[in-house]
Amino acid sequence: MDLKNMLILYARQFGTLIGLFFLCSVLSILTPYFLTVSNLLNVTQQTAINAIIAVGMTFVIISAGIDLSVGSILAFAGVVLASALQAGWSIPIAILIGLATGGLCGTVNGLLITFGKLPPFISTLGMMSVARGAALVYTQGRPISGFGPQFRTLATGEFLFIPLPVIIMIVIYVLSHFVLTRTKFGLYTYAIGGNEEATKLSGVNVLFHKTMVYAFSGLASGLGAVILTARLNSAQPIAGIMYELDAIAATVIGGSSLMGGEGTLQGTLIGALIMGVLRNGLNLLGVSSFLQQIVIGSVIIIAVLVDAALKKQGT
Amino acid sequence: MRGIRKSFPGVLALDNVNFALYPGEVHILLGENGAGKSTLVKILSGAYQKDGGEILIHGQAVEINNPRVAQELGISIIYQEFNLIPHLSAAENIFLGNEPEIFSGIVDRSQMSREAGRLLRELGVQFDPRTRVRSLGIAQQQMVEVAKALSVDARILIMDEPTSALTESEIRALFSTIQQLKEKGVAVIYISHRLEELFEVGDRVTVLRDAKYIATHSIRETSTAELIRLMANRDLKEHFPREKGELGEEVLRVEGLNRAPLLKDISFSLRQGEIVGIAGLLGAGRTELARAIFGADPIDSGRVLVKGQPVRINSPVSAIRQGIGFLTEDRKGQGLILVLPVKDNIALPNTDKLSRLGVIDSAAKEKLAQRFIHDLSIKTPGVEQKVMYLSGGNQQKVVLSKWLAREADILIFDEPTRGIDVGAKVEIYQLMNQLTARGAGIIMISSELPEILGMSDRILVMHRGRISGEFSAEEATEEKVLGAALGQRV
Repeated sequence: MDLKNMLILYARQFGTLIGLFFLCSVLSILTPYFLTVSNLLNVTQQTAINAIIAVGMTFVIISAGIDLSVGSILAFAGVVLASALQAGWSIPIAILIGLATGGLCGTVNGLLITFGKLPPFISTLGMMSVARGAALVYTQGRPISGFGPQFRTLATGEFLFIPLPVIIMIVIYVLSHFVLTRTKFGLYTYAIGGNEEATKLSGVNVLFHKTMVYAFSGLASGLGAVILTARLNSAQPIAGIMYELDAIAATVIGGSSLMGGEGTLQGTLIGALIMGVLRNGLNLLGVSSFLQQIVIGSVIIIAVLVDAALKKQGT
Repeated sequence: MRGIRKSFPGVLALDNVNFALYPGEVHILLGENGAGKSTLVKILSGAYQKDGGEILIHGQAVEINNPRVAQELGISIIYQEFNLIPHLSAAENIFLGNEPEIFSGIVDRSQMSREAGRLLRELGVQFDPRTRVRSLGIAQQQMVEVAKALSVDARILIMDEPTSALTESEIRALFSTIQQLKEKGVAVIYISHRLEELFEVGDRVTVLRDAKYIATHSIRETSTAELIRLMANRDLKEHFPREKGELGEEVLRVEGLNRAPLLKDISFSLRQGEIVGIAGLLGAGRTELARAIFGADPIDSGRVLVKGQPVRINSPVSAIRQGIGFLTEDRKGQGLILVLPVKDNIALPNTDKLSRLGVIDSAAKEKLAQRFIHDLSIKTPGVEQKVMYLSGGNQQKVVLSKWLAREADILIFDEPTRGIDVGAKVEIYQLMNQLTARGAGIIMISSELPEILGMSDRILVMHRGRISGEFSAEEATEEKVLGAALGQRV
């Protein structure tokens, strides 16, 4: 292997990581505040919710699908959770209800895609609107606020100085990485995305596993809802708007192929951190939120262009 | 066309082929599957580039680099699978890419409809050119294709298996259309497997075999028997190391299997240690039969018995549970997951054995792959290699490993050696020998007659969804098998 190919291979394997370091170095030069412990903790904490949603998105995208409804499911699961808390349910039960709401919405997505034979784009686009509408109808458009300090500990608590949301995120990544790389469910997810027909002819129950992939994505959104609700001490029916953009971006920047069959959770985590650092850095630099959208959109496009170019080179 | 040569990686598709066509004649192109007919017409229509030889039109040498050039030269092709856009109207399809314009960019729709109507009327068909193609019947769609070819003033019209989807009366109508085209001086190249048709519609016939030009005859001076002999006759140079063993118990029996309109009343059986070859032309229903047995497609009626017991197979999951393995014809499309490594492909149908509570034992998975890489001498840098980077023969061995690891004892091989080089072919044949020696039964679907004759213990021939002939290895000859495949009474 000559030097050029080695560099390409290297860039493909560590490209996103290099990108993250590059971004951090630039920001630490531009603003001294960036590299402070409190800011870095702040970044990871802000990243946690998107990173968790992106876990579900990674499974979906590896299976050659897409889930546009994550943000709306998050909002709906959040308001259901909040009303359960306010109705006096115990915290663990309320959290389970919130998670189940997310999982259920995801299962509906999955059933529409498998048994209804709808393209994932359409069924999750529909769910994006239905779940958002459900959240608004359920709350009559008003946020549900004010929970006990115990529940809020989920967002404000720390363990060894690390915020709880970050710990939850790490646990989810470790578990999901195990599922993706070591279990039948993970293997089938890759296989379905790589070639659905061949997977079916290998005796895999494709319809069931595909449904479960979307259920899992809904569940991840439900978990995002739990953390967000605790952090804001409030469940907003308009929460999570455009979250699908961040989750898809994290996954794709992390090297998952929208054609399916390829992707890793390490990549997605780095992708989510890039998105988080970028938003944080732009805020620190005082870039207007309007301009931020342009920058972030451009970064997504450039990242995927570079990845595609490297893939073409590296074969 | 003189001395046309064309090769694809690993195969010579056309070797020094000559072909002459005169205005107003219908010239039949005849040959087995893979003889080179399609490649030849694709070169003429600009879909492929020739590697050598020359093409002369009215004595002028021409270079046909792309379909556009062919069109300008008056060459049109109608593929077996139509190239029509279902949501557009007949008129829009006919003039696609060639629309009459009021001025630049603005389509003259009324003229388009008028012209399309005129073309269709000339072809003797009656329907509104504004009808969407998807609501037309097959025969009408074909007329749209013909009209499309005529709209660009085609002087040479190529038709690939034009009657395969038509009813008897529609075939009549097509033949009278072809007659009209002839009278206008259009030259027609007609590819078909249906010998009886050829004598009705053709003027001359050219036979290709194994990528070579064999002969050209006037239809009036030849016979079905001679054509079959020309198509089949070849030297059996490839090596078929079939080792026959003792046949054991019956492992599979299919009774009265129907799946309209593709499979009609199929019955046969398979014994331990036996290779049953299934021959037939493309579209005869062989792959459909395999998919039906494997539960990949639903059946209308009939039953399947495994080791004497009637079983209900309604999905690949249940077929696999009965010990059936299926090596699909389309290795890349249906057999393998190209982006995944060797070990994952082999593991896929075997996860029940490799996992506990859903967790896969990585070491066992790797060991399984290592074992088959060794046993089948799969050439790969390792278990982690993505199968897309393996050669065809090694890919096929990976597919085979999937089913061997399951210890499937009823194996359906659909075109097991397609696109595989000769050395790897022999290895696959030897594996088939080992499998039957161990008591497996194999159903081998193949379009390569020498392979069918060389490897099968018994040969079934399919024609239009039915079994049209059955031969023992001893009595089978190329002529008999080909005759049955072409629908002749045996």
